[in-house]
Amino acid sequence: MRFERREEVSVTALVIAPFAAIAVALGLCAGLIAMAGVSPLTAYAEMLRGAFGSRLAVTETMTRASPLILTGLAAAVAFRARLWNIGGEGQFYIGALVAAGLGHSLLSGLPVALAIAVLMLASMMAGALLLIGPTLLRLRLGVDEVVTTLLLNFIVLLFVGLMVEGPLKDPLAFGWPQSVPVAAGLRLPDLVPRSRLHVGLVVALMVAVIVGIVQSRTVFGAETRAAGLNPRAAAFAGVPLLGTLVKVAALSGGLAGLAGAIEVLGPAGYVTTTMSPGFGYAGIVVAMLAALHPLGVVAASVFVATVFVGADAMSRATGVPSFIADVIMSVSLLTMLTALLFTTYRIRA
Amino acid sequence: MSDALDILMNASLWAAVLRIATPLIFGVLGALICERAGVLNLGIEGIMTVGAMVGWLTVFWGGDLWTGLIVAALAGMLVGLLHALLTVSLGLSQHVSGLGITLFASALAYYLYRLWVEVGDLPPTIEPFQPLALPGLSTLPFVGEAVFSQTAPTYLALLMVAATAYVLNRTPLGLALRMTGENPHAVEAQGLNPNAIRIGAVMAGSALMALGGAFLTTAAFNSFFPTMVQGRGWICIALVVFASWRPGKALLGALLFAFFDAFQLRLQTSVDGVPYQLFLMAPYVLSIVALILVARRARAPEALMQPYRRGER
Repeated sequence: MRFERREEVSVTALVIAPFAAIAVALGLCAGLIAMAGVSPLTAYAEMLRGAFGSRLAVTETMTRASPLILTGLAAAVAFRARLWNIGGEGQFYIGALVAAGLGHSLLSGLPVALAIAVLMLASMMAGALLLIGPTLLRLRLGVDEVVTTLLLNFIVLLFVGLMVEGPLKDPLAFGWPQSVPVAAGLRLPDLVPRSRLHVGLVVALMVAVIVGIVQSRTVFGAETRAAGLNPRAAAFAGVPLLGTLVKVAALSGGLAGLAGAIEVLGPAGYVTTTMSPGFGYAGIVVAMLAALHPLGVVAASVFVATVFVGADAMSRATGVPSFIADVIMSVSLLTMLTALLFTTYRIRA
Repeated sequence: MSDALDILMNASLWAAVLRIATPLIFGVLGALICERAGVLNLGIEGIMTVGAMVGWLTVFWGGDLWTGLIVAALAGMLVGLLHALLTVSLGLSQHVSGLGITLFASALAYYLYRLWVEVGDLPPTIEPFQPLALPGLSTLPFVGEAVFSQTAPTYLALLMVAATAYVLNRTPLGLALRMTGENPHAVEAQGLNPNAIRIGAVMAGSALMALGGAFLTTAAFNSFFPTMVQGRGWICIALVVFASWRPGKALLGALLFAFFDAFQLRLQTSVDGVPYQLFLMAPYVLSIVALILVARRARAPEALMQPYRRGER
């Protein structure tokens, strides 16, 4: 058996790949659900109902999808340039912390819209800085950014713990380790009344479109792609490699930081050390399922959010452990990687 | 200052160093074997989690402690085989598939644990490995308590360092493995199958990683809980670089690292007014610092992270 590179990658194959990957993943996970003594069909039906069965369920799923779109974009733009940003989780938390810290009192004098924009920008800068460091370490010293960004996730989470139990502790939280709340006037308005769904979803969708345009229509987008495909050839063709990758890092880290900001300014209102159910890591799965395409990221985010919100409801109804959501997500990642391979290679006996 | 000195003079610190180092020694050796054959195994964090869960569960279900370790190693091998199939046979990105393996293996471990184990207010416990006093040696003053009163898996970890160094540097198998990591084409030219060697290396390395995880639940603690591996796998990946891919230096790195960790744990209780999170950050910060310090002279195996496809350059 050997692999042979296809002459060209068909768009149809790229579009079919994620659906095939998800179908195979759901098939494989059916076995695990059956082990819990529950019919997989019942379980999957319960998941769909839990994620879309009511107005509330739909808004919850979309609320969950909003930060995922941004962490998914963060991973996608970085991976496209072969910058392995696995630090989305840390960048999310630092963005959240900055939004809460500044949004509590500092910006009370500004007009609301301007204040929110400043908060988001500040969170993006914090996330960007957190990724620029490891990127420079890789470019200057050859330190693998996968390891440094992963380790930074642990460091940032401890730092958040330090802040919410120390300088940013909410004195009115009855001793619970949570940060001071964002000023009520600075919270993002609701999108649907009587739900947690907020304007953050619109922000995320707009950002996805903008990233899509930047990637397909600008010089920076072309340089990113070139740097990812073949750095040496790109450098030879005059692409400033260091500058391009630092810009990619700023964009990627900034997007993950923005995810933290909209979560705090939207549904959460304050920061805790458990506020992210792995948004950063799930963003990697989202990016891969989307084959790194910005608009694909939106669809993949809705899928992952469906799995998570649906699994919680399904778990309550059937007793299947809700960790099945993490299993489905990770198996989808592995099947998607395999499916992507077959869009670029064919097997010859 | 005298606080610090008191801590250093206490044999219990040095005993703790070896105890904290044990899972790291297993993990770093495992990662090293994979990388010397040319495969970066970022599945380590998940494989350690699987080892921790499976080792514990085997004992919880009535197996003895050594059976627990063996079953954990076998489970680690299976996960390693999956990583090898994806990265070696299919040649997928070792970064992304390694992360995928970590996400998958930890999720599966948590899922099966929840499915099979009734968890009340506190996680159920097992009777873990007890310190094994080596006759004659454990009664020596200071060293006896510091070095020779460890649990059996710690001695096993030290043995594995010697075994790994021997196999890598002194046997034809080790030579073939190292050559696969440097130049798989040359291995092929010798009539050997580089991909088979890589798959074997990843499975062997993953077994060691799983043992590191199993140590946590069968010797260091006596129960399993999610997120208990706490980034130890990632720290091992950093330690491999720090050790410039050599088993002896890997042991040294793990011990040095464990020393700082044990020291900060004790310092934490004697220093007031410093947030405990700063101490907890130390291991991760230290790993990054270690990476930066050796970055200039680190020389990874030549073919690390390059999939080998016959007839393709």
